[in-house]
Amino acid sequence: MSTIAASQPAKRRRGSLQRTEAIWGIGLALPWLIGFVVWTAGPMLASIVLSLTSWDLLSPPKFVGLANYATLIGNDPSVFQSLKVTTLYAFFALPLNLALGLFVAVLLNQKVRFQSFIRTVYYLPAVVSGVAVALLWSWIFSPDFGMLNTLLSYVGITGPGWLASETWVLPSFILMSLWGVGGAMIIYLAGLQGIPTEMYEAAQVDGASDWVRFWSITIPMVSPVLLFNLIIGIIQALQEFVRAYIMTNGGPHDASLFFMLYLYRNAFEYFKMGYASSLAWVLFIYIMVLTVLVLRSSAAWVYYEGQIKGK
Amino acid sequence: MSEMNTTTVARPVAKSGLLSSRRRATSLKLTVTYLALLIGGIFVCLPFVWMISTSLKDEGSVFIFPPNWIPNPILWSNYSQALTVLPFALFLRNTLITTLVPIIGVLISCSLTAYSFSRLRWPGRDICFVLVLATMMLPGQVTMIPKFILFRYLGWIDTFFPLIAPPWFAVGAFNVFLLRQFFLTVPLEMDDAAKLDGANYLDIYARLLLPLMKPALAAVAIFTFQFHWNDFLEPLIYLHSQSNFTLALGLRSFQGEYGTDWNLLMAASLAVMTPPLLLFFFAQRYFIQGVVFTGVKG
Repeated sequence: MSTIAASQPAKRRRGSLQRTEAIWGIGLALPWLIGFVVWTAGPMLASIVLSLTSWDLLSPPKFVGLANYATLIGNDPSVFQSLKVTTLYAFFALPLNLALGLFVAVLLNQKVRFQSFIRTVYYLPAVVSGVAVALLWSWIFSPDFGMLNTLLSYVGITGPGWLASETWVLPSFILMSLWGVGGAMIIYLAGLQGIPTEMYEAAQVDGASDWVRFWSITIPMVSPVLLFNLIIGIIQALQEFVRAYIMTNGGPHDASLFFMLYLYRNAFEYFKMGYASSLAWVLFIYIMVLTVLVLRSSAAWVYYEGQIKGK
Repeated sequence: MSEMNTTTVARPVAKSGLLSSRRRATSLKLTVTYLALLIGGIFVCLPFVWMISTSLKDEGSVFIFPPNWIPNPILWSNYSQALTVLPFALFLRNTLITTLVPIIGVLISCSLTAYSFSRLRWPGRDICFVLVLATMMLPGQVTMIPKFILFRYLGWIDTFFPLIAPPWFAVGAFNVFLLRQFFLTVPLEMDDAAKLDGANYLDIYARLLLPLMKPALAAVAIFTFQFHWNDFLEPLIYLHSQSNFTLALGLRSFQGEYGTDWNLLMAASLAVMTPPLLLFFFAQRYFIQGVVFTGVKG
């Protein structure tokens, strides 16, 4: 890489100064470099090799070629089931979260009083996560004494079995994910606050209705943030684990067998290290393909200010 | 969007005549907004209220339908009971170790890396930064199993090392990225001026830049705290004996043993949630700044 140093008065020392800078630069990035090799690149390569073996950690690993992949495609219905569960969850939870988050952000972005207080309240659920939240929602979804069916009983509805019902377990997870909508909201809100008010004023003078202004100013201007939220959302949704493990452990009848849960079981309950590695690669490739598709499509719907679009 | 550029047809509006009706429309709109925000806010808060309510009930009144929202009697002793049936003080100590040691490691290693990536020129730097961005997209599951095998080989299973060692090597690509973006906002001329005064690169980093980076460092520290405090998967994989459990694992085994004592379970869960909530309340500004910075400028 050729670099042009900033003009230095002492030109003959430039070479040695550059070398000093490079040594410092690499030295300071050394922890990262080591970390990258030991915790990321190395394990990734090892994972490819592992996925071609059969290994229970006790006897030495056996090379089996692509047998693991053949099994997971043709001979393991749980793989299909877990992919289905995970995809369905992401397919419904993500758009709902993105839309609701934007809706709340647009509401909050008006000249409302106590804006920062309201923002804090909506963001609270996004601050807490993990086991405690999973336990809280197990109790909320309790069919007989839970909060949700209590609320429904106030309006005369007998609620379903939620987590105990094969039909309702996924909708339960989706509903629960909406509680954390503040996470997306707060990023939208920042994006919205970056839109110049003159744009809206100009549109208003032109007689554009709220609806038109929303679709032709707000949406294009906030679309880069939407893209960010979407990609982060895909990665998180497809890796759903803690809640499934704590709340249902995949049940009833594998109706909430999220992919990560199945992967975890294979690795750390059945000790099939090779097979679990091949599952990890399937998940990885799935996430990558979706991300690339989204990024590709983004050229058509994401508007970057200051960029003249060819299409 | 093309329609935005083409529909700018001037449409003069008789402003004075529309003013009162527009004002009425605006106030109606605001009322609807407040109403929607209020209803949404209630739904956001209800789970917390439900949790507090349950945590203060006695065993019998947990299983009454329809439930009372205000417990009678109010049992504060649920908290002391919930937090002593399992050694939660020990779990807290373990969680503090597996949270605070990574925070220090992340702050030092990620800020040094970000400094190098943003202000120093060295061959291969830009390629390395692309690798940082690539690891941001990498889900941890692919590396999870080889890492487990490596730690097992090192004899680190059922110790804290698998949780506290990697953060010292700037593995959090997200943090490196965030800090780099912050470093880039400080003019490079400041470094040059300091160099003329005889400062070396470490001086510039420690004396000149770090003080300016406090908000970003605070954001990174808070994110790291949240992550390690709530983390479940890694402790689940690496920590096996109860004396090494973190709060997340402790809660999980509490559920296993006292699964139907919802009042105690809620008391313990609320106790575990409280530190992140308090931290958020007191450091909200840094928190939101950090989230916004990565989301909007990233």
